Amino acid sequence: MSALLEASGLALRFGAVPALDDVSLEVFPGEVVAIVGESGSGKTTLLRVLSGMMRPEAGEVRYRDPEGGLHLVHDMGEAAQRRLHRTDWGFVHQNPRDGLRMRVSAGGNIGERLMAVGARHYGQIRAEADEWLRRVEIDPARIDGMPALFSGGMQQRLQIARTLVTRPRLVFMDEPTGGLDVSVQARLLDMIRALVADLGLAVVIVTHDIAAARLLAHRLLVMRRGQVVEHGLTDRVLDDPQHEYTQLLVASVLAA
Amino acid sequence: MSAAIRTEGLGKSFTLHLQGGVRIPVLEDVELCVAAGECVALAGPSGAGKSTLMRLLYGNYGAGAGRILIRHRGAEIDLAAADARLVREVRRETLGYVSQFLRVIPRVPTLDIVAEPLMARGAVREAARARAAELLARLNLPARLHGLPPATFSGGEQQRVNLARGFAPGYPVLLLDEPTASLDAGNRAVVVGLIRAAKAAGTAVIGIFHDTEVRDQVADRLYEVQPMPVAA
Amino acid sequence: MTALGYNFGYLDENTKRMIRRALLKAVAVPGHQVPFGAREMPLPYGWGTGGIAVTASVIGAGDRLKVIDQGADDTTNAVSIRRFFAKVAGVETTERTGEATIIQTRHRIPETGLREGQILVYQVPMPEPLFRLEPRVAETRRMHALADYGLMHVKLYEDIARHGHVAISYNYPVLVGGRYLMSPSPIPAFDNPKMDRMPALQLFGAGREKRIYAVPPYTSVKSLDFEDHPFRPVRADAPCALCGSRESYLDEVVVDDKGGRMFVCSDTDYCNTRQAAREAAE
Repeated sequence: MSALLEASGLALRFGAVPALDDVSLEVFPGEVVAIVGESGSGKTTLLRVLSGMMRPEAGEVRYRDPEGGLHLVHDMGEAAQRRLHRTDWGFVHQNPRDGLRMRVSAGGNIGERLMAVGARHYGQIRAEADEWLRRVEIDPARIDGMPALFSGGMQQRLQIARTLVTRPRLVFMDEPTGGLDVSVQARLLDMIRALVADLGLAVVIVTHDIAAARLLAHRLLVMRRGQVVEHGLTDRVLDDPQHEYTQLLVASVLAA
Repeated sequence: MSAAIRTEGLGKSFTLHLQGGVRIPVLEDVELCVAAGECVALAGPSGAGKSTLMRLLYGNYGAGAGRILIRHRGAEIDLAAADARLVREVRRETLGYVSQFLRVIPRVPTLDIVAEPLMARGAVREAARARAAELLARLNLPARLHGLPPATFSGGEQQRVNLARGFAPGYPVLLLDEPTASLDAGNRAVVVGLIRAAKAAGTAVIGIFHDTEVRDQVADRLYEVQPMPVAA
Repeated sequence: MTALGYNFGYLDENTKRMIRRALLKAVAVPGHQVPFGAREMPLPYGWGTGGIAVTASVIGAGDRLKVIDQGADDTTNAVSIRRFFAKVAGVETTERTGEATIIQTRHRIPETGLREGQILVYQVPMPEPLFRLEPRVAETRRMHALADYGLMHVKLYEDIARHGHVAISYNYPVLVGGRYLMSPSPIPAFDNPKMDRMPALQLFGAGREKRIYAVPPYTSVKSLDFEDHPFRPVRADAPCALCGSRESYLDEVVVDDKGGRMFVCSDTDYCNTRQAAREAAE
């Protein structure tokens, strides 16, 4: 089996600050990779570079399409990149407002990706939206409701439904539980875990929540000051951390 | 007959960076060899590193030295040097581990927790759930609990969920860490039966059994884990 | 005779050449908005400056011009534009659709089918069909470049979810040549099917927004819809009170202070022709 996404030698500086320093990473089909680290460690920058939203100063990111063709993510052109983002890829933003259309109904938000890839049957689009609202545990009676009237947790679940409706192969998630209450976080994490397993998605998730990483991720990358200081199997990195920074990170978490 | 799992010069120490970089050696030169259908019980005083050895064998701890050779997909591979994806594949197909405590996944029903490793190996959902239900019943977990997440179960009930999950797929190599610690006599007997059945089916079993009665019923031999001299 | 002191067609030749180049590009890429340098016109934006600039650039001495506003030849705007070109180009004018070589229109397509060789010039207030959905102009350009029109369908979806049908009665968005999303200008949705595979050349001028676009003859123009909610042109369910037509698009006219009303053809030439034919038959 070949990697879906391969990044090598990524480097990027913001002024004098290294945001990425020689970062390499592979993501295989069906694999969940978490990038952990404190604020400013470069993890969100890495996600933006991997997903093509930001161009690195050095290094490259390659994506393998379903037919096996390799594409340089930063050289494929905007049209191809956009097509990728609405078909094979998905992106779940930390703030649901960045990933939803707040003045479009819940059903319209889910339907948009379907319509963007050519769905033209209103009844089927609606049935699909209904089904996805159920999957993310939103009452389908709210299909015509505006996301602005939803709670934060519901908005985030709606964003996930909207992202997954076209069955992407690779989903990028930026702190998907970041702005939510702890009780809401647990439910959302569990839902993401179940959906990812059901759909066999490959996921790159950025989080500072070690417990979330343990629950969701098969593999872990620990970042600090733009560098990957440790990586490997999630349970090994967390239970037998080698790097000083990882030990500090794990030790600062209660019962991870 | 070739080993299902064996170690060569396996060693482990921990370096605690947060405590001034103190290095704590735990295991050194472990040479363990277990054949298919054989059950080896780890022995040694408390703190000798039996649980650490189990975790090393499962890949939960990284090996400091030596090799862990396991027969996987018909060939012997070194688990100590395997990358994360290969370790996951070995865990899915070849190597099972029943820890002392169930790591509860919130909101997932018991039946699905047990069926999950079967489905990961390609079993269809219905067949996997049927096998899970059968094992849970055998371990005397009433059917009314099968649909509930085990978070609120007693220690003994959680332990039995853990055992069902470990025994369900029929791994060629099975690691058991105190499998009967919180079980009553009736359930201990069930576990003994499960281990014997697994051995008969060719599973290599490595276990830590504080309960010597259980140990004597299942273990073919003991492997003495040597405590390391405390660093001066 | 052309009025003294004006170049033929009011605009100077360089400007006309520039607009013709934009028109050629627009014809070559059907439905695509081409920027052009709008000139000062002797009437304000909103009164058809874009359409006038286009007409001025394509009109020749042998052309015969018809101008309609909401289907009528006799409204102030239509009359003044017709007089303007009679003065600055010295061309013949007409109210008969069949006799015209160029028809400049605001908000309607004539009922009488157009033929090859005719040019229909639309006055367009807002050329961007996505502007209400996506306020960022750069982003709408990108959406056109990438044919990323899911958002327009979201609008239709929302209408059906809310009202049970698409609640757009004019300026109903169309897809031109299977590629570009286009605003048909504020014509009633009833007129949309007339644009599809029309034998005449259709040119669109937006003066304030400085955009030109075009639909060459026999180009497919499809109104956006869903398979299970197909596009339906709607008209008032009544016959024309004057000519009795059940096919034409009708205006509702209030006739007294007591709420009395009647429906009459919006296309005055069509209605007059039918009335004349009926009288002749009697």
